[in-house]
Amino acid sequence: MQHFIDFFSFTDPNVRYVVLGNVLLSASAAMVGVFILLQKKALVGDAVSHAVLPGICAAFLFSGSKNTAFMLVGAFITGWLALITIDYIATKSKLKKDAAIGLVLSVFFGAGMVMMTYIQQSGNAAQSGLDHFIFGKAATLIGTDLVIFSVLAAVLLVAVGLFFKAFALVAFDRPYAEALGYPVRKLDLLLTSLTVLAVVTGITAVGVVLMAAMLVTPGAAARYWTDNIRRMVAIAVAFGVFAGLAGAYISYTAPAMPTGPWMVVVSSIIAFVSFFFAPKKGIVPKLYTQRKNQRIIAEENTLKMFYHLGERNSHFKGKRDLSELIHTRQVNETLLKTTLRRLATKQLLIAHGQQWALTDVGYQKAARVVRLHRLWELYLTQYMDIAADHVHDDAETIEHILTPELERELEHQLGYPKKDPHNTEIPKI
Amino acid sequence: MIAFWIILTGALVAVTCGLLGCFLILRKMSMVGDAISHAVLPGIVIAFLLSGSRETLPMLLGAGATGLLATFLIEYFHRRANLQTDAAIGVTFTFLFAIGIILISVFAGKIDLDQDCVLYGEIAYVPIDLWVTPGGTILGPRPIYILSAVLLIVILFIKFGYKELKLTSFDPAFASALGISTALWHYLLMAAVSLTTVSSFESVGAILVIAFLIGPPATAYLMTHDLKQMLAITAALGIVISVVGYWMAYWLNASIAGCMAVITGLCFATVFVYQRIRVTHKRLTHPEPATD
Repeated sequence: MQHFIDFFSFTDPNVRYVVLGNVLLSASAAMVGVFILLQKKALVGDAVSHAVLPGICAAFLFSGSKNTAFMLVGAFITGWLALITIDYIATKSKLKKDAAIGLVLSVFFGAGMVMMTYIQQSGNAAQSGLDHFIFGKAATLIGTDLVIFSVLAAVLLVAVGLFFKAFALVAFDRPYAEALGYPVRKLDLLLTSLTVLAVVTGITAVGVVLMAAMLVTPGAAARYWTDNIRRMVAIAVAFGVFAGLAGAYISYTAPAMPTGPWMVVVSSIIAFVSFFFAPKKGIVPKLYTQRKNQRIIAEENTLKMFYHLGERNSHFKGKRDLSELIHTRQVNETLLKTTLRRLATKQLLIAHGQQWALTDVGYQKAARVVRLHRLWELYLTQYMDIAADHVHDDAETIEHILTPELERELEHQLGYPKKDPHNTEIPKI
Repeated sequence: MIAFWIILTGALVAVTCGLLGCFLILRKMSMVGDAISHAVLPGIVIAFLLSGSRETLPMLLGAGATGLLATFLIEYFHRRANLQTDAAIGVTFTFLFAIGIILISVFAGKIDLDQDCVLYGEIAYVPIDLWVTPGGTILGPRPIYILSAVLLIVILFIKFGYKELKLTSFDPAFASALGISTALWHYLLMAAVSLTTVSSFESVGAILVIAFLIGPPATAYLMTHDLKQMLAITAALGIVISVVGYWMAYWLNASIAGCMAVITGLCFATVFVYQRIRVTHKRLTHPEPATD
């Protein structure tokens, strides 16, 4: 607890720097990340972060010192070049974008490695620690770095804010944006530059490999919580900020723990939770709705069996046993049993020992499903000119979906019919 | 002799990766190779902790397991959660890599591993890593044996699974109609990629593995439409790159893996530029719009 208070009171200037730096980095990366994610360019971040290595080395060779500003400029140039190359290869050859990304990533990084080994042999004493730029060391952020990062983060924030609408439009509907006269190519170039800027800013904190996660993971998680772009950006930034704080806190309480990887792990966990449990789009809620629908369909089909059996002797509420029911329709016996029990608890059926019969409400429901089925069959034959022996399967699915409004409309269109195309009666309710 | 071993190692890795990379490119899954080569890190660390040594077999098993886990997670998120593939790849491999780094920091005292070794590898150490029999006979560098075995496995895999791999890559629907399981061949291919990545990364590093997985096949893909030719060109390119890359490194006294990656890039650039010139030339001489 003491750690917690110490940390969140921000009295230690070192904590302040690290926290502020982390939060700025992850928030601005998450914001830009949303747009590159929506443009299906998620892995571009990975390419850029690898491609900055030669730029950093070149800046070091050129300036002879580890001046952060120089490094960032160098990194920006090669990162940007890499993105342009990827786009060029992907548009001008039959190679797909992913191949172009992988190729550019490895070749640029390879070039960086060559320069790096060259620097190591040059014997320049200042070169030690150069690899922090590649593998990241968030805990060593110092005041002057922080100023640069803050400025970069502010630039990102303002740029995204100013071009928000245009970026959103390009991300969702490119041809439409072109038709409206937006300078789509220039906007692409701007987004590219912002991506490179975000990567260059973040790479010192988390390193080459994990930078891709800083860009993409919060956005990917946010995508599961909303369909609104503004909210998506807000949620992604919130996730990014949380991950930044959590990473800094973990490495504060356990100094052996690296900040960057923990930020990534925290935001990955947020993402995994979103993939599984986000309402509507998550895996679990989707499975739940699927199960629920399957259950409803099984119930309605079972009720229909009683109706069909009743139709034979006009005795709809007669008692039926399992074998009789299975005879009317191919069903799994255990599924049928559980469905019968569920229908009994819903009071749509009554159990008489081993036999079951429809209640009044159950009869109503069964009649309605059969009615929808037959109305739809009639509609297909009359309006779609489909032969009567081909309409059953289609009706079998739609009968569970049709709403009362559609039911009325169908009836009206068909002139309140009495018989379906197979000349059986359409039940009235 | 040292040069020979290094070039041979490079060539073995290049050919193995290239052959599998051809199928990855055709399946538009190049970045999965990138993901696997990073995702093996936690597996290696765990294997190292459990076995307490840098023995090859536990390393291969551990890394292979996390490599396959990565491909499984990518497929799972893509299929079940409807996550776009690129995002699924990005989220999964960075997560596994981060776990790997955390494990390394936690057990820093016990582990003689760091993330540089995964990214860079050290091909220059290959000739030192000798296989000595209990009798004292020196049989040559150990990685050579391992990599040759992997190459043999990959060649056999492609030879016997050629039809299935080809069909599932070009026309998955037709393949399913013929009763070929696309999922099975997907995972077999991924297992082969994991095995290759894992056995090569220690000698050449993840970056060169990616360069070899994508570079030569991409270059060959621009040169031919025939899969068999593409495989042949890829293998030939791999050997050339490894030879030229080594001499460039020797000449510059720089990272061997880095130089091989750069040469891979130069090969691609040459073919790419040549094709661009030819296309423009065609347009100039035949004013009809080009068909491609």
